[in-house]
Amino acid sequence: MALKIVKGSIDRMFDKNLQDLVRGIRNHKEDEAKYISTCIDEIKQELKQDNIAVKANAVCKLTYLQMLGYDVSWAAFNIVEVMSSSKFTYKRIGYLAASQCFHESTDVIMLTTNQIRKDLSSPNQYDTGVALTGLSCFVTPDLARDLANDIMTLMSHTKPYIRKKAVLIMYKVFLKYPESLRPAFPRLKEKLEDPDPGVQSAAVNVICELARRNPKNYLSLAPLFFKLMTSSTNNWVLIKIIKLFGALTPLEPRLGKKLIEPLTNLIHSTSAMSLLYECVNTVIAVLISLSSGMPNHSASIQLCVQKLRILIEDSDQNLKYLGLLAMSKILKTHPKSVQSHKDLILQCLDDKDESIRLRALDLLYGMVSKKNLMEIVKKLMLHVDKAEGTTYRDELLTKIIDICSQSNYQYITNFEWYISILVELTRLEGTRHGHLIASQMLDVAIRVKAIRAFAVAQMATLLDNAHLLTGNTQRNGICEVLYAAAWICGEFSEHLEEPMATLEAMLRPKVATLPGHIQAVYVQNAAKLFATVLRGQEGAPADSTVAQETSQLLIDRLPLFVQSSNLEVQERASCILQLVKYIQKLQQKDVEVAEEVTALFAGELNPVAPKAQKKVPVPEGLDLDVWINEPPSGSESEDEGRKSKGKAVFAKDESRHTKPRYTEVDEKELAKRREVRKAEQANNPFYIKASPSSQKVYQDGVGVEHIPVVQIDLSVPLKVPDQYVKLEEERRERNKADKKKKKDKKKREKGEKGRRRRGDSGPESEEDITPAHMVDIVTEEMPENALPSDDDDKDPNDPHKALNIDLDKPLADSEKKLPVRSHRPDEVLKSPMEDRQVVEVVPEPKKKTGKEKKEKKDRKKSKEKKKKHKQEEEEDLMGAGSEEPVQPEETKEVAAPPPASTPEASDLDFWLSNAPVPSNPQAAAAPASTPRTASGMAAVAPDSEPEEAKDTEPEETKSSTHKKKKQKKEKKKKKHHHNHSDGAGDESVQNGTVEEEEPLPPMSNYALLAENSYIKMMKQDADKVCDIQGNLQDGSQVVVSVIFENKCDSFIKSMEFNVLDSLNSKLQRPDGAGPHDGLIVPFQLPPGISNEARFIFSVQNIVMPQKLKGTLTFIVKTDDSSTHEKLDFKLHFTCTSYLITTPCYSDAYSKLLESGDLKGCSLKLEGVNQPFHHLLARICFHHHFSVVERIDSCASMYSRSIQGHHMCLLVKTADQTVSIDAKCDEPGLLGNVLDEIKLTFSQC
Amino acid sequence: MIKAILIFNNHGKPRLSKFYEHYSEDTEQQIIRETFHLVSKRDENVCNFLEGGMLIGGSENKLIYRHYATLYFVFCVDSSESELGILGLIQVFVETLDKCFENVCELDLIFHVDKVHNILAEMVMGGMVLETNMNEIITQVDAQNKMEKSEAGIAGAPARAVSAVKNMNLPEMPRNINIGDISIKVPNLPSFK
Repeated sequence: MALKIVKGSIDRMFDKNLQDLVRGIRNHKEDEAKYISTCIDEIKQELKQDNIAVKANAVCKLTYLQMLGYDVSWAAFNIVEVMSSSKFTYKRIGYLAASQCFHESTDVIMLTTNQIRKDLSSPNQYDTGVALTGLSCFVTPDLARDLANDIMTLMSHTKPYIRKKAVLIMYKVFLKYPESLRPAFPRLKEKLEDPDPGVQSAAVNVICELARRNPKNYLSLAPLFFKLMTSSTNNWVLIKIIKLFGALTPLEPRLGKKLIEPLTNLIHSTSAMSLLYECVNTVIAVLISLSSGMPNHSASIQLCVQKLRILIEDSDQNLKYLGLLAMSKILKTHPKSVQSHKDLILQCLDDKDESIRLRALDLLYGMVSKKNLMEIVKKLMLHVDKAEGTTYRDELLTKIIDICSQSNYQYITNFEWYISILVELTRLEGTRHGHLIASQMLDVAIRVKAIRAFAVAQMATLLDNAHLLTGNTQRNGICEVLYAAAWICGEFSEHLEEPMATLEAMLRPKVATLPGHIQAVYVQNAAKLFATVLRGQEGAPADSTVAQETSQLLIDRLPLFVQSSNLEVQERASCILQLVKYIQKLQQKDVEVAEEVTALFAGELNPVAPKAQKKVPVPEGLDLDVWINEPPSGSESEDEGRKSKGKAVFAKDESRHTKPRYTEVDEKELAKRREVRKAEQANNPFYIKASPSSQKVYQDGVGVEHIPVVQIDLSVPLKVPDQYVKLEEERRERNKADKKKKKDKKKREKGEKGRRRRGDSGPESEEDITPAHMVDIVTEEMPENALPSDDDDKDPNDPHKALNIDLDKPLADSEKKLPVRSHRPDEVLKSPMEDRQVVEVVPEPKKKTGKEKKEKKDRKKSKEKKKKHKQEEEEDLMGAGSEEPVQPEETKEVAAPPPASTPEASDLDFWLSNAPVPSNPQAAAAPASTPRTASGMAAVAPDSEPEEAKDTEPEETKSSTHKKKKQKKEKKKKKHHHNHSDGAGDESVQNGTVEEEEPLPPMSNYALLAENSYIKMMKQDADKVCDIQGNLQDGSQVVVSVIFENKCDSFIKSMEFNVLDSLNSKLQRPDGAGPHDGLIVPFQLPPGISNEARFIFSVQNIVMPQKLKGTLTFIVKTDDSSTHEKLDFKLHFTCTSYLITTPCYSDAYSKLLESGDLKGCSLKLEGVNQPFHHLLARICFHHHFSVVERIDSCASMYSRSIQGHHMCLLVKTADQTVSIDAKCDEPGLLGNVLDEIKLTFSQC
Repeated sequence: MIKAILIFNNHGKPRLSKFYEHYSEDTEQQIIRETFHLVSKRDENVCNFLEGGMLIGGSENKLIYRHYATLYFVFCVDSSESELGILGLIQVFVETLDKCFENVCELDLIFHVDKVHNILAEMVMGGMVLETNMNEIITQVDAQNKMEKSEAGIAGAPARAVSAVKNMNLPEMPRNINIGDISIKVPNLPSFK
């Protein structure tokens, strides 16, 4: 027995592992398939063994074979076995295999639920990680539903590694199980402010992905994202957020206005091209959303265009490509700004890179004008000749057609030129776009009446030379143009000079090789031509022989088509053949037939808009769902089953009855129509697309009565053949002289019933070029009262549709927890402890009103309740415990950066209504922060009712919103965002509610803290930029964010941050650390990388400013050595940094001043020559004040310290002198703040 | 969203394929072939973006690729991803491979697909970017490898020995054969932050 085991394990050693397999495959290049099939046999043997190591090895090999294209789904069960191994090594192999080959229809997936749940709750974070990664690839609706709760729990895991994975996978869960979105959303939102940047980035990722599909549901998150945008330094996150804003702005133009400034700042400041590019993109989106071209935005457009030009001119092809891509977005709304870069874009057409040429082509579309259309198309035609690949040539072809036909041929001034271009394009061999050319030919010939004679002549030539088009290949798409040519020649045959010749060309035996639908058109139009010939002959009664010869020609040639295998061709041909035979008989009796034959084809076809049918409104009083006849009543004697069956039978009967009736009517109508056509050339759009459903409508007499004709100013002729260009030029010369004449002529053309004309009315700038012909462009017909239907094209199968869920609505009781399938036993088994944990971390966003707070509590309660399976039994229990979770959460809020409050719709409005002044820190934060600050100040117990809070700070809380608005109005747009840094240039202390404040321009928060200056170490310098974003959540804490940037070429690690504590200020160290220990910076820095760390300081006395000395020690690791380095710095806590921007209501403000508790002090600043609003903005921005009221050149301002001192300023200005009268209940603090204000202004 | 990540060599042989949407094996192979066809005919000095067209999921998607020595790294992404960002990500990926394999070359990828998958899993999860910080990725990968080693423990030793012997006995030592397996040179691009 023992021997067996030993033998087994030795055998195993000689099993093929993955490397052996790969090697083997490489050694069997000739008979790879055979080798692999023997390997698969071996694998199958291995999978049969009990040893999990052997199985894992086999599964590992299968994963490789899967990549090579072998189906390994037969081993799905073995994969599950390996997944459930307790060893991480094998588990990982199993999950990898599963992620590569499991999918929704893999049936063993349902066996995995419990295993995955076990792994998710494994104490080993990598087990959990591997399970999450695997799950992200094969999550099914069932798995999503069953595991959603477990994953939600993991979103609050202690390890960031797990948190970020859990957050990310939620997106997949939402997709598969949309019901989970609303319950999970609050927590997801909370993760936007997770201390770990990876988790934060994951949350941004998920929300961006969600918001991209259903942006309007996420508008309310805009303030939060705005804050992230202005505070984050992670470019990945920034890019995502900025892209998201690009999706949001079309829904909310006010958001756009707010964004412009910070984005512009980013554009100016960032060095990362990717970020720059996305900023430009979003600015463009903003500009597009601001439909009316506001004058002050032209600067932004210019900036974008200018930056894009730099990208396009860059030697990096990627930037060039992206530049062109973004340029094409600007083009749509601001074509003028792009047009000035025509040179650059034309240059790109010659680029060797096809992608770039294609992008440049896109741009050309928007750059054409009447003046340059011919020139540009000429250039494109040259490219067509040169182009190598058919794809690119086809693209050129479609672009030429797009460019010319855009906006209803707006830029074409000479249709002769256009027709010749089209004809020229038919020379392209092997293009796929023959039908496109054909439809253009048809469109132009039908809609531009003046061109018909010319078009017909060209088409006749085409028909005559048809062999050139069809000559080479069978699958040549270009022969489609013959379809158009034949139809045009037939329909407008009156313009043909030699109808006989054309007729002959159309009946050549070679035609029979064309595709069926083209032959059918040939046959039909041959008949039309025949009619024309007859009429021509009989008009001039010279000799009837020609007419008879024509008939004979048809009789000779048509039998060829009668034999066609194509039904349509055959039918038409035999019909016409008989007709001609009959005519011939009449001719032989010398009967005049031309009239009658012509009548067959009389009438004019008018173009119908593609969607006309859909847009016919249902006439009033017509209910399409109502039975037309009495619905058949099922016989009462019939039983249920038969009843329904009977109905179906009846329904069928019904349609059998009605249908013929419809057709009858239809035929009648058609006959009538024909007469109408004959008589007055009216038209019926439904004739073309008659379908049963339309007939009903049609019966009701809704039709199109008008053939609207739009007259367009056309002017430049173009060339393909140069002659037309020349002709046009000559003509234009001539026209300049006798323009008036033409106008008269135009007027003459007016008059046909129902025709409208444009053109005389609004000549545009370049319209001096008069068109070659008076060209009528007949617009496509639309039924009257057509209903606008823009939402035609939404994909009903989009999985994201299900995620279109309103997230702002408070959760209803029933939603507070994810629904869980009730028969799952392990739900019941969950220990209460686990549940408690879940509840505690539930990230409830702060609510403002008491009602909401209450709700929150309720929600928690019921969440707990629902976790339990036996709800009722445990309800009491939980009821008792439900208060508990509230407490820790409240305390947590104090300790950690407070999550921004849920922006309600009204908040959003408010936030947005703040015009474009992002510089005021309190602007966005105010509605959220006021209540909290109030309650904090008044030491209101967490559970107390909000009324209490209001009582303590009534004025402030009550109508802070109004207040805000007022203040905002007073502010002017422009604010300076200079860094607040002192003369030494190496410190800056800016405090203030960075966590909840919004729109500080990104650069202003940080100032250089210290830089290494060892000469010897120059290359290995680390440089430290610091921002003391004092984050004052309670009376004694300041959070300092420091960005560390590695400027040298080596790796920097083991960074330790230490500060020499003063009596007053202490760096908060973890428990157990001595007072002189440094804090380890929790990351390492590769070359060129920067990262941010935050340090918390506790402060006792805030009256005096202070400086703390500190040292950063770190190890610089080069390839062969590592050295210890240190860097000294000073942290400067100014008094300003203890102020917190707090809005104040003017009533409260005056009461405060009246109370007499405040001591005064004043300050005069001379020689300040900046506008008053700049001055105010500076004080607000740098010193955390808010404007209470402003009257002309006098303003009152308010701020409050973290320890609750009120500070009031009265700022007046006159003749470059600014006087500030200040009052505060702490004179020392006041004096210092005033000194700092003075310093600020002395620096500028 | 990232729809797929493909690595193949100059001859179109797949070295890694990761699809974040399900396709049948045949379709996957076809996608790889088509992608190779599209990418390989492009010059070195043209832009790294390709409108994917008919490949995966229609015209919304783009192919973003980079060519390193013998290997193409192709990401198929939709419009929510930043083009330059993904290029940066490819760079991070390759640099990470370079760190983990110490001068990575095509052979590393050939013989250790599983490891490449594990590294990738720390960067991209379910089609979404999980981590862009190379150090963090390497830390996590190393920690997992350490775990694996400790699990193998003593039992792993003979297996390793055997595999060493196997390598010795075979005429073909991976790093010595020259089939264009030049190590992937990681150019020093301006790092993506």
